[in-house]
Amino acid sequence: MAGGNDKLTEMLRLWASRYSAPIENLSTDKLVALIERFLTEENGAVRRRRPDSRKRWDHEVIEHTIPPDSRVLDLGCGGGELLARLSADKNVRGQGIELDPEKVYECVGRGVSVFQSDLDAGLEGWTENLFDYVILEETLQTVYNPVRVLSEMLRVGRRGIVSFPNFAHWHIRLELALGGKMPVNASLPYRWHDTPNIRLCTIEDFINWTTGAGVVIIEGHVLAENEVRPIREDDNLFAEEVLFVLEEKQNR
Amino acid sequence: MTDRPQKGGARQPENRKGVKGPEHPQSVGRTRPRRVELVGPDDEPFRLEAGGAVAPVTVEYETYGQLNEAGDNVILIVHALSGDAHAAGWDEEAGEGNRKWRTRKPGWWDEQIGPGLPLDTARFYFICANVLGSCYGTTGPMDPDPSTGEPYGLRFPLVTISDWVRLQARLLDHLGIGKLYAVIGGSLGGQQALEWALAFPERVERCIILASSARLSPQGLAFNAVARHSILSDPNFCGGDYYGKSLPDKGLAAARMLGHITYLSDEAMYQKFGRRLQGKSAPEFSFGIEFEVESYLAYQGRSFAERFDANAYLYVTRAMDYYDAAHNWGDGDLTVACKRIMSKMLMVSFSTDWLYPPRECRELALAISRNSHPVTYVNILSNYGHDAFLVEHDQLGGLLRDFLESRQEGGA
Repeated sequence: MAGGNDKLTEMLRLWASRYSAPIENLSTDKLVALIERFLTEENGAVRRRRPDSRKRWDHEVIEHTIPPDSRVLDLGCGGGELLARLSADKNVRGQGIELDPEKVYECVGRGVSVFQSDLDAGLEGWTENLFDYVILEETLQTVYNPVRVLSEMLRVGRRGIVSFPNFAHWHIRLELALGGKMPVNASLPYRWHDTPNIRLCTIEDFINWTTGAGVVIIEGHVLAENEVRPIREDDNLFAEEVLFVLEEKQNR
Repeated sequence: MTDRPQKGGARQPENRKGVKGPEHPQSVGRTRPRRVELVGPDDEPFRLEAGGAVAPVTVEYETYGQLNEAGDNVILIVHALSGDAHAAGWDEEAGEGNRKWRTRKPGWWDEQIGPGLPLDTARFYFICANVLGSCYGTTGPMDPDPSTGEPYGLRFPLVTISDWVRLQARLLDHLGIGKLYAVIGGSLGGQQALEWALAFPERVERCIILASSARLSPQGLAFNAVARHSILSDPNFCGGDYYGKSLPDKGLAAARMLGHITYLSDEAMYQKFGRRLQGKSAPEFSFGIEFEVESYLAYQGRSFAERFDANAYLYVTRAMDYYDAAHNWGDGDLTVACKRIMSKMLMVSFSTDWLYPPRECRELALAISRNSHPVTYVNILSNYGHDAFLVEHDQLGGLLRDFLESRQEGGA
């Protein structure tokens, strides 16, 4: 086993030296273990679409993060589940923005204030720091101009909360690298031709963007191995989904 | 909620709910207009924004449903340009020589008002009053000027939306009603609803504004100018002193025809009439009525002239022109004006409305949002143009019902 891995070990080292971002200090043994696990899972039950999307892991984190009585804007708020919860439990002053008419009606049915609008049209018309928190939950990867949406959210809000699926999760990497197919799993339950996810990115990509854009990450939380916990060094490999709390540098 | 059509515009007009007779379980049944003299002939006259004053002032109104013990289930309905206090049900006083058209159809929003309907009379107490300067029982230009005993005509002072709302507030005072559970109106009624939220923020818990905005667009001003021009240039108009003589009904009919064009949309006209000929298979090559759309407009113009007063049309469209919420309450700044708002707000525009276009309604919603005040703004996809607010019952009904159910933010 060890003899057969010599070449691989060498290549991993070479990879780490050539690319600025090492593969999370991936050792040969770790890689072999992941492939083994991947193969076992592929034989057995492939993880499917989350059964109850209303019980989103990030809702709990968001609720924990946002102080009571805050002014909250939820971009792409869907049926308003999160805002309804925040308004009931934290007495926030909530405002949603949503484009899909059915979801807009759902919001009204929940008593959530919703503004029907296209996020790609920007937040023009909303002025600076109108909100304490602006939430972009699992929506970043679906908008045409994500960087504009991110900078807009940090303009109209003091802080931004953004969550998205991590495209660098080890399982996704192997699905694509060894399986040769677009990954379909719990975080990315769509096929290549019907996915709304047009701007997928990785934790690494996102962190790099924040550095260049003068955006500070205040908190990071991940969903990894069915566990919700603060982000760790090697989570670009192990986190399925991630949530960041952001602020513009000058606001600090 | 699931039976709501994906695209409202795809539905055909014949799918609209049928007219309910007075015995229908969801009809408010037979109604009777009520009148109250809010300002007596010897009282301090009702002062108007434009500087005039009127006395006496009578207001005609109708109510549906029951006022509950706490008095907290009152919804004020405010009507549009050609509307009246008869929002629902069948007028039992109507007949030959007395608003005969009401024997043929129920109130103007009968589809939404009734027991179990979105504007649920089993739960709420509805009030709708005719506006000052109109011609349906509230004091207006056809009423006698106390100084001469002759109809006011154009000697009636100019009225504004702010006057209407203050008069409605006086009516509520008279009825012993403090807070409104909601105020709701479409088009010109939407602007009254907005003025309510601005002028009496503490009295309005919920405000619903349909197919409306904070002010009429220049295009809207232009339409009204042409409408008034056709009335003023009717040879029968005689400076407004036509009462008891031949009426300027051609001018009024033309004004209404123009109005109907602005209430529809290009799409709606295709859908409703296309280029079909009226009752003939080949054109006659004449200036008579050739196309269905001509016939429709001619009919609308004619029947309107039978039921509306030309002077009232001048006064009401002028009130519509002058209204500017930003000017009234924010020194020209709509965001500043909207700072006053305390009500829970619902605003609905309709995609093909070109009289009160979606962007204007959205601009109002944004101005409210810029005050960190929660707002619900929905742009309903519809082919029916401005008329959609009276036509898209299913899409709108669900929204109204849900919004009226929702509690006020902060648990008021």
